[in-house]
Amino acid sequence: MSLIAEDIRVSYGRRTALRGVSLTARPGEVTAIVGPNGSGKSTLLGAITASLPFDGAVTLNGRDIGAMKPWELAAQRAVLPQASRLAFPFTVIEVVRLGLQSGTAGDSPDVPMRALARVGLAHYADRIFQELSGGEAQRVMLARVLAQVWTPVADGQPRWLLLDEPVSSLDIAHQLQVMDIARSFARAGGGVIAVMHDLNLTALFADRVAVLAEGQCLAFGTPGEVLTDDILSRAYGCALRVSAPPPADIPYILPHAATA
Amino acid sequence: MAALSEIETAPRDRLSRARALHWGLAGAFGLACIVSLQVGATNVTLLAMLAKLAQGEALSQMERVVLFDIRLPRLAMGMLVGAALAVSGAAMQGLFRNPLADPGIVGVGAGAGLGAILAIVLGGLLPAAMIDLIGNQLVPVAAFLGGWGSTLLLYRVSTRHGSTSVATMLLAGIALGALAGALSGILVYMADDRQLRDLTFWGLGSLAGASWAKVISAGPLIGLSIGAALMLGRGLNGLALGEATAAHIGIDVQRMKSIAILAVAGATGAAVAVSGGIGFIGIVVPHLLRLASGPDHRTLLLNSALLGAILLVLADVIARVVIAPAELPIGIVTAVLGAPVFLWILLKRRGLVEK
Repeated sequence: MSLIAEDIRVSYGRRTALRGVSLTARPGEVTAIVGPNGSGKSTLLGAITASLPFDGAVTLNGRDIGAMKPWELAAQRAVLPQASRLAFPFTVIEVVRLGLQSGTAGDSPDVPMRALARVGLAHYADRIFQELSGGEAQRVMLARVLAQVWTPVADGQPRWLLLDEPVSSLDIAHQLQVMDIARSFARAGGGVIAVMHDLNLTALFADRVAVLAEGQCLAFGTPGEVLTDDILSRAYGCALRVSAPPPADIPYILPHAATA
Repeated sequence: MAALSEIETAPRDRLSRARALHWGLAGAFGLACIVSLQVGATNVTLLAMLAKLAQGEALSQMERVVLFDIRLPRLAMGMLVGAALAVSGAAMQGLFRNPLADPGIVGVGAGAGLGAILAIVLGGLLPAAMIDLIGNQLVPVAAFLGGWGSTLLLYRVSTRHGSTSVATMLLAGIALGALAGALSGILVYMADDRQLRDLTFWGLGSLAGASWAKVISAGPLIGLSIGAALMLGRGLNGLALGEATAAHIGIDVQRMKSIAILAVAGATGAAVAVSGGIGFIGIVVPHLLRLASGPDHRTLLLNSALLGAILLVLADVIARVVIAPAELPIGIVTAVLGAPVFLWILLKRRGLVEK
């Protein structure tokens, strides 16, 4: 009952975006995908969500996604895209209800309002989606995605949240709120895969991290194993220092806090 | 974070309002039918005839001809064509994710017209067995094929990676319309006298030539296309989020797009085949309905069919009485009423085209 990507290869014309990446995400965990711009993070998520043609295999809860119908996939996983444009003036609550349309069992009609309340936007239900700010729109889309897989476990199987840079246009408070929602979903038995830019948020919230660089998986493991000086410096091509606060009984002077 | 209990009012329910609108529009449609049967070039009126029937008197020969052979088929055709144009407008706007897409504007109507002209001029060259098989459906079916080809081409040209460029769509529509117009012009030169007469009557853009034969030739295709379009509500709603997201929420996007394109081509093609080009119904009707009750396609498509039928039947009444005993081509009436609304949409929402 995991989400397993095996030897994923994707090419855009002549350019190879992914050269054989494998990844196993387990339910109950937040799996983060990090890496520099152009390393293939979003492409990997695109393959996992069956949004683009790829070589290799993706299995969702034991089934090959290539053999699943769109509505079968929709019942087991919801996808938050990086940016969303909406064609017609739907209201916020109408947008969230679109997530319900997969008609999965056990969803009650008040799920959309509860999903909106979960992202702190219940009082925005009647607003026109196009009139929201970028951050608000992103949270409404998260509510839509949550409504689609409202119960993290259905029919004894985990459901999945696949998030492409879920906090890219949010302020710091809402970044924490959204990542907390993702982690709660995982703790309740669901699975989460998130493409992340922010390494600190990743260290805070991810259970497992895949570091991509140049279309390949450089490292995969817990944040402590993977977010090291060596791996990050190689992945991002610049010298990076990873710090951790010292044990509590040792005095520690932070030079940034000094005043003359 | 707001808990559920803190939310004082339930969200506005535009869907119920749109469903109530079904009944309101159906009632208005009934009234439009009565007006259409009541008014005309002769002073025969529906109410007078009903009064006569109520007193047990028989209708005169003229009254029967006016009612059953002139006004009723004209009403039926106005209803069919109006519903077809409005539904294909709404479906096409959903498919292209843009409120400016309209079969008449982006060249699908012109493509359908080319198909119809091809059938009128070159139809005689088809094998006799085939003509027997298709019979009086030849012109609508050819118009459907013309409209289908144009819609496919248009979608292909203007849509890349699941998003449609409005500018490309409109420009491609201009090129498509020009090409279809030029080919139609060549065919007109090739036509003989009898075909020229057929073409002239066909191209008037009016319901003046309405007959039961035309109603029967276009009715099935229009009915089928509208029926297919009415099932697309959920899919078109999903498509408003983009093709990728529509697939993520469980919609079979390729299948839905194919059905939408066929339905648009069928409804537009059959309407153009019997009435020539009648503009603006497809753009004005869905726009007004979105303002009234929101963009949810599950109700928008049926409401468009009803309001389209109402508007075209009433526009036809205006066309008949305004310079009686002569009559205006109905295309003039819809353009006079519709073009300002179209410009108003552009003025209000200028952002639509730049994006």
